[in-house]
Amino acid sequence: MGSRGSHAARIPDADSIRRETGFSQASLLRLYHRFRALDRNKKGYLSRVDLQQIGALAVNPLGDRIIDSFFPDGNLRVDFPGFVRVLAHFRPVDEDDSSMRDPKEPEPLNSRMNKLRFAFQLYDLDRDGKISRHEMLQVLRLMVGVQVTEEQLESIADRTVQEADEDGDGAVSFLEFTKSLEKMDIEQKMSIRILK
Amino acid sequence: MEGAELAGKILSTWLTLVLGLILLPSAFGVSLGISEIYMKILVKTLEWATIRIEKGVPKESVLKNSASVGIIQRDESPMEKGLSGLRGRDFELSDVFYFSKKGLEAIVEDEVTQRFSSEELVSWNLLTRTNINFQYISLRLTMVWVLGVIVRYCVLLPLRVTLAFIGISLLVIGTTLVGQLPDGSLKNWLSELVHLTCCRICVRALSGTIHYHNKQYRPQKGGICVANHTSPIDVLILTTDGCYAMVGQVHGGLMGIIQRAMVKACPHVWFERSEMKDRHLVTKRLKEHIADKKKLPILIFPEGTCINNTSVMMFKKGSFEIGGTIHPVAIKYNPQFGDAFWNSSKYNMVSYLLRMMTSWAIVCDVWYMPPMTREEGEDAVQFANRVKSAIAVQGGLTELPWDGGLKRAKVKDTFKEEQQKNYSKMIVGNGSL
Repeated sequence: MGSRGSHAARIPDADSIRRETGFSQASLLRLYHRFRALDRNKKGYLSRVDLQQIGALAVNPLGDRIIDSFFPDGNLRVDFPGFVRVLAHFRPVDEDDSSMRDPKEPEPLNSRMNKLRFAFQLYDLDRDGKISRHEMLQVLRLMVGVQVTEEQLESIADRTVQEADEDGDGAVSFLEFTKSLEKMDIEQKMSIRILK
Repeated sequence: MEGAELAGKILSTWLTLVLGLILLPSAFGVSLGISEIYMKILVKTLEWATIRIEKGVPKESVLKNSASVGIIQRDESPMEKGLSGLRGRDFELSDVFYFSKKGLEAIVEDEVTQRFSSEELVSWNLLTRTNINFQYISLRLTMVWVLGVIVRYCVLLPLRVTLAFIGISLLVIGTTLVGQLPDGSLKNWLSELVHLTCCRICVRALSGTIHYHNKQYRPQKGGICVANHTSPIDVLILTTDGCYAMVGQVHGGLMGIIQRAMVKACPHVWFERSEMKDRHLVTKRLKEHIADKKKLPILIFPEGTCINNTSVMMFKKGSFEIGGTIHPVAIKYNPQFGDAFWNSSKYNMVSYLLRMMTSWAIVCDVWYMPPMTREEGEDAVQFANRVKSAIAVQGGLTELPWDGGLKRAKVKDTFKEEQQKNYSKMIVGNGSL
């Protein structure tokens, strides 16, 4: 009988999750404890309600969109691999990753492209690969609440879509999205570093 | 027949021992030093166990205790700095990064959720319930653990249950008897004696070791005593050192019997469930109580719910609107000997009490603090926060602005509106659209 030790063996499929997400053993263990702590009724998976009970997330204007990203394709449950897969997008980019990477393997989840994809799907409500003006308006409305009038919001949405839209179809595709953000330091803004 | 005689003899010696060694000293407030010896042996054993564990586990695989240190690197810059994009302060597509990062940080680690589960220990204290990982270290440690289980369940538990039973019965009988007397100083003195004796017995039923600090600031009559809340045992701990008038809802069952008996001997303030909703009525009755300087100080826990004793959460302003002098008290339990936190969503009262009685002991410190009153130009909320900070500092607890009610209910929308307001000011208040 002893005190806490690292027991990655308790996490189901630990090795494959580590390969897929790139988290270290210690980080994965911390995230597993967090998953178990959020899973109040010990169901083995998280539902929307479990995430909505986090106070700091509920006050976030985009809280609902972030929660939605854990439940793609109309799922009602997210298990630990799914949980970690979303969090992996925010893993800081290591320099070793790009040099050691085998080009035949899929891109790591925390690459610049994948971080941008995550941000894109926060806007793309119907997941059709395009951010329409209407979707832009809805997300803006989430972020400002009742503080801004409809006209002001529409003009902001119009301006933003116009500036990013290159092929003139009135919507922002993923490529246009990435182009308009090419100068932005995504790696730093969308990274959460887990301490050892 | 011999078996029955033997059982009878054992029972009577047992009861005499209990009477002589525990009950009588409690009545006189005297300690025989048995619990001190027990605690010394316990501390030595736990120290030995810790050393064995640290020898047995290789250094690399021991995770540092992360209870107080954050597990992620936080960037606490305000919204303006976090949102600065390529172009200044208008809305941009990249604004969503800031909110998503904050949101995911909250998912990985937030201040509040961890307060509603028991504190993690730095080193194991030989109780299965605090063991995160079963890892075999050595035969000797296992033997000590088995011995511990036997001692706790077969020796201590029956003793404690007996004491608790005696304590509660004495309380009910004593207060009913005292209630028959006419009002006067004799009645008050006797009621105090009964209350104190029974509370001391109940505290011994939990092997409680309590250190009181700054006794000169003990709450006086006509005041309100305010403390941080970890479990129902807080009440026992405070009433062992002084008599208070309690405030609460009328319950049914055993609690109801105890409540009705207690109120016969001295005035407590019990509310019906329907009355609790009417805040004016509650405030009025409490005001009447403290206006009478002869009545005992009221005991209130402004957090409204049990927190795990690592932090102090929002104090509800209701208690601070009554007026009068507030006597803050800080209570800090030592988790090494037993976890006193009542996780009401996990355990009901009976299983909680059983867990208490099968822990090693309940060890805590109680600090009485100088009285505080509301200052000029300070409203109830500010006063509540001031008292909360004082208690947090004294008890060595972290201070959180969140409402303990988050345990059960969702956070209020007003907090989200604040964030939305800040953001709107940035993108619209700029003027250029």
